[in-house]
Amino acid sequence: MTHKSPANRAMKVDALARVEGEGGMYVGVEDGRVTDVQLRIFEPPRFFEAFLRGRRYTEPPDITARICGICPIAYQMSACNAIEDACGVVVDGPLHDLRRLIYCGEWIESHTLHVYMLHAPDFLGYEGAVQMAADHRETVERGLRLKKVGNEIIELIGGRAIHPVNVRVGGFYRAPTRRELRPLAAKLEQARDDALETVRWVAGFDFPEFEHDQEYVSLLHPDEYPIMRGRLVSTRGLDIAVSEFDEHVTEEHVEHSNALHAHLATGEHYFVGPMARYNLAFEQLSDVARAAATDAGLGPQVTNPFRSIVVRAVEVLYACDEALRIIAAYEEPDRPAVPVEPVAGVGYGCSEAPRGTLYHRYQLDADGLIVDAKIVPPTSQNQPTIEHDLWHFVEDHLDLADEQLGLRCEQAIRNYDPCISCATHFLDFRVERR
Amino acid sequence: MSRVVVIGVGNAFRSDDGAGLRAVELARPLLPPDVPVIESDGEPARLIDCWRGAEVAIVVDASRSDAEPGFVRRAEAGRDPLPDPLSGGSTHALGIGEAVALAEALGRRPERVIVFAIEGASFDAGEGLTAAVEAGAAVAAERLVEEVAVCV
Repeated sequence: MTHKSPANRAMKVDALARVEGEGGMYVGVEDGRVTDVQLRIFEPPRFFEAFLRGRRYTEPPDITARICGICPIAYQMSACNAIEDACGVVVDGPLHDLRRLIYCGEWIESHTLHVYMLHAPDFLGYEGAVQMAADHRETVERGLRLKKVGNEIIELIGGRAIHPVNVRVGGFYRAPTRRELRPLAAKLEQARDDALETVRWVAGFDFPEFEHDQEYVSLLHPDEYPIMRGRLVSTRGLDIAVSEFDEHVTEEHVEHSNALHAHLATGEHYFVGPMARYNLAFEQLSDVARAAATDAGLGPQVTNPFRSIVVRAVEVLYACDEALRIIAAYEEPDRPAVPVEPVAGVGYGCSEAPRGTLYHRYQLDADGLIVDAKIVPPTSQNQPTIEHDLWHFVEDHLDLADEQLGLRCEQAIRNYDPCISCATHFLDFRVERR
Repeated sequence: MSRVVVIGVGNAFRSDDGAGLRAVELARPLLPPDVPVIESDGEPARLIDCWRGAEVAIVVDASRSDAEPGFVRRAEAGRDPLPDPLSGGSTHALGIGEAVALAEALGRRPERVIVFAIEGASFDAGEGLTAAVEAGAAVAAERLVEEVAVCV
């Protein structure tokens, strides 16, 4: 790390090695002003789009589940939604509930991983979860216990925890019995208590002042907190069917990143993820989750991205509560899947991955072969917003020493839980001042 | 839980990143039937669950350093320092090194964690290992079978 002049400097983070994504960060400062912010991300969906062409319409749930080890259910569910849309099939009733249940498992697991292992150490001044665990063993054990329940939901319904194999177009290969779900309920009762403690714990952190209102986008459905279905709605008036996504969202290639950057057709960048869902659907949270959010000092709108850790914890609590509700009301379906016959045409599907809206589009021919596929993951939608945030954050905090500023930038990036944040620390972090 | 557990770490859709998974696949028919063989994506919280209750965990992963593709290294946590590629430059940056340290902080580390690292050449999206790494996976499979024979 070099230090020549506080007015002109370049901060560079070269590499983030992690199987779900690789990335780096560059911030340029000249004469006390930020001149450039670049977040470089490698994301694999583009490869998968090519890989899907020529495959059977039944294959995307299994293939796309491999894109991300942290959110395979999201990929499976968006794929199912899109293929079923192309084939004119709607999956509802107990099968929809089961999909929502397995999705709750993914939210619990992914959010808890992020809250405890990746983001909390930033707030408590630890290098990572390992160092935090030495001082906060019981807290970390609580996080691991909570995360494991999410894992167990996915394993029971999905057949296995990593790249689940029981999900298919139309539903599942096998639906669980009521008896099989019952043991989960007891564990979820404990998990709900742990989740409530988690909300209280993270609500006590110190949050930098950084109110930053922007356009939040999420699925929205009249009957339920957004996970599996609904229209795409924003806090600034967007209200479209999922099939209109391509007309309202444009993607552009930027030189510094492998990931495409998404903007709304208005040119505005936007934000997907827990804060977007929360801001659009606060009233649809369960009573327990809404009360915990209020007790944690959150209003119905949250615009400080550093408080996203609290929102994420509230969503974990909601997911535990919702999973319990689904299990209590569960009636075994007559059949594990609705028949889906191929129809030539285009289908569109969205679902709410833990880190935001995940869009799939497939074009099928009459034999059910995939002619074209498009996948827009949440991280590429949020990337312009992350860069925008970093720009303002750095400008507001130029008084900080390089190391402190760098750590705060990493923390700011983790507010968005991009796939690259799978790494708790950036490798080869350097700050250069000119 | 058996005394010994074998864990393959990786992502089969990222070329040589699947080397650890391939090695345990090759080794599986040659291992005693009561030795669990688990596939993992290397995420530490899951990894420490994979070896919960075991006395010996044998983990096979791909590595990315300056070594020759397919080269197999063995390291034992606590006895040998885990080389950098396994704690920082591995394809799972938050992987085995972090998992061992986290398990230690929580008092959940098996008595022995033995790591075989297979040097990868390509980590691009795609299926299948490169030739040298396929050969390395076979070598790692043989060595882990020998290791298990000593441990059980």
